[in-house]
Amino acid sequence: MITRRDLLKYTIKGIAGLAVPIAALEIVNPNKIFAGKNDKSKTRWVFLVDTYKCVGCGFCVKACKNENEIPYDANVTRTWVERYVVTKDGELFADTPKGARDGFTTSKIDLGAGKYQDIKKEEISKAFFVPKLCNQCENPPCVQVCPVGATYQVPDGVVLVDRKTCIGCGYCIMACPYGVRFFHPVHHTAEKCNFCYHRITKGMKTACVEACPFGARQIGNIKDPDDPVTKIIKTERVGILKEEFGTKPQVYYIGLDKEVR
Amino acid sequence: MVHGEVWTIKELFTYPNEYIYWSIQIVMYPFMTGLVAGAFVLSSLYHVFGVKQLKGMARFALVFSFALLFAAPMPIVLHLQHPFRGINIFMTPHFTSAIAAFGIVFSTYGAIVASELWFIYRKHFVEIALPLKTKQDKTLFEWFKYLVFCALTLGVYDISEESLKRDEKAIKILAGLGIPVACFLHGYAGFIFGSVKANALWMTPLMPVIFIMSAVVSGIALCMLTYIVVMEIRKFLASRKKTVYTHLQTREEIGGVEINVIRMTAKYLLLFLIFAISLELLDLIFRGYTAVKSWDVLRSVIYGKDFTNIFILQYAIGNLIPFILFLMPGFTIRRAVVGVILVLFGVFMMRWNVVIGGQAFSLTFLGYMHYHLPIIPHNWETFKEGLGGALSIFIMPFVLFWIFSKIFPVFDYKESH
Repeated sequence: MITRRDLLKYTIKGIAGLAVPIAALEIVNPNKIFAGKNDKSKTRWVFLVDTYKCVGCGFCVKACKNENEIPYDANVTRTWVERYVVTKDGELFADTPKGARDGFTTSKIDLGAGKYQDIKKEEISKAFFVPKLCNQCENPPCVQVCPVGATYQVPDGVVLVDRKTCIGCGYCIMACPYGVRFFHPVHHTAEKCNFCYHRITKGMKTACVEACPFGARQIGNIKDPDDPVTKIIKTERVGILKEEFGTKPQVYYIGLDKEVR
Repeated sequence: MVHGEVWTIKELFTYPNEYIYWSIQIVMYPFMTGLVAGAFVLSSLYHVFGVKQLKGMARFALVFSFALLFAAPMPIVLHLQHPFRGINIFMTPHFTSAIAAFGIVFSTYGAIVASELWFIYRKHFVEIALPLKTKQDKTLFEWFKYLVFCALTLGVYDISEESLKRDEKAIKILAGLGIPVACFLHGYAGFIFGSVKANALWMTPLMPVIFIMSAVVSGIALCMLTYIVVMEIRKFLASRKKTVYTHLQTREEIGGVEINVIRMTAKYLLLFLIFAISLELLDLIFRGYTAVKSWDVLRSVIYGKDFTNIFILQYAIGNLIPFILFLMPGFTIRRAVVGVILVLFGVFMMRWNVVIGGQAFSLTFLGYMHYHLPIIPHNWETFKEGLGGALSIFIMPFVLFWIFSKIFPVFDYKESH
């Protein structure tokens, strides 16, 4: 027969005895392990888009879809190209039919819901293309809002999604001011551009950079002063998108216009 | 097909990945938690602030709040792309996210409501369990009942005058503690939206406060409605002399109590309704007056595309008409029923206009998205994120309430205090 006093004694002894081996265990922080417990990373991936060079062919979108296994006909994409047309009377038109996967095959502007608008050439005052992709923000709101930590930023700045952990609540999609996130049609988890992380970490370029025939897209390491991308960003006039959100985006644009959304 | 594509119609310039990702279930989620919080606040008005006239409503509201509590997380489960991973929010929360607080707030609140219920019904459990214990030749049902109530007593059979006094104290403390937690439970639902800086319509620090006020309004309204329905059933039974209750035997007695309780509760409903409307209008005026970058597109949504939803359905039908109905002299039960149904509808429309309205315009500020609620489902997704799913969620607390009221009788049990 065990008395109350004995029970308490054994409990305390048991806890004390267990405390020693348990103390040997460390609470695992995935970030720390990922960083290899090193001090600061020597890499910070950034992207540079020269909008003057973009012709809206959509090769980048096509290449991205194939490389990253986003179902080809699904109306979502990790990267896309937007077309902006400003008329002489100051009216702004913009579209991105199927994310410009097949390029811009007609001069008519896609107004959605199957409607198109034709703009006469002589009415156009300026027109240009703007490629879009994840900005790999320095202060990513999508990482902040993920309730289970399925999306995270690695030390070299890229924001990744863990498909095994994502619960599919869509909060990150809501939190992204750039609309780069969506649900993967097959995996049903949050999906986004990750600068082709599987490629860039092996010394290759992203699929879209490789596919661009005009060199409108470039990827680089801003911590490397000799990187050509770094040189351009440091010495030329570049813009970023939606800086008012305080996300500190890391995709830089040459030739950004005030009309770009 | 991509998630969201079925019910989204895009117009003008939108980003390719934009769809209405947060659909009807995310409208239901704040609506249901609002009802939970509101019902609890109503019950606490009696327990904490000693509003004697609400005595008849207090216990009722608490049990109802408990039933609603189980229904509140269900919309999220139906909304998740991976519902079986939903438990990760509790197991591996990522605390910079507002949703991650859900596990803690929800379980704290659940614990408070459950323990308050236990203290209130402890005497009842003992009174059922003890005679069954001594009874010989128990039937199978009686065995079951005995086991359930025995477990519910948690081994405490002391129902002396002194210990019941102590219970009362505990109830008061729990009810007092519950108010801030209930407000937090719902305030944080507002925070989930209010803190999304990417969304021009959602981002305002007023959002949690607006949510709390409208939550209390909807909670009170639903309690009133259910209370009236239950009382009407009792009246009907009384008129057929089938009543099983110990007091309030005649139609007239029941009717007298009913109108008094409803009249009193209606006053609180109006009070919170005024707060809710004032805050919502303040938000609207402030947006128009400051007219920042997003105002052009917001104005076109608020005064154009969503005009009917916001000004006709929400403000006129959901707020103004019930306001007049409650304030007109010669208050009747029938009018109360119409009033509270309209109020509930108004609060639902408010949630709709926030959640769906917030996604009605594109992040480009140049395009729009229209939501088409799937009514006839053609697969699991269009059922759970369609009319069927929403209705199931709405019916769930009533079914639960019916089950819970077998264990926690809301009327016939005479209070010790």
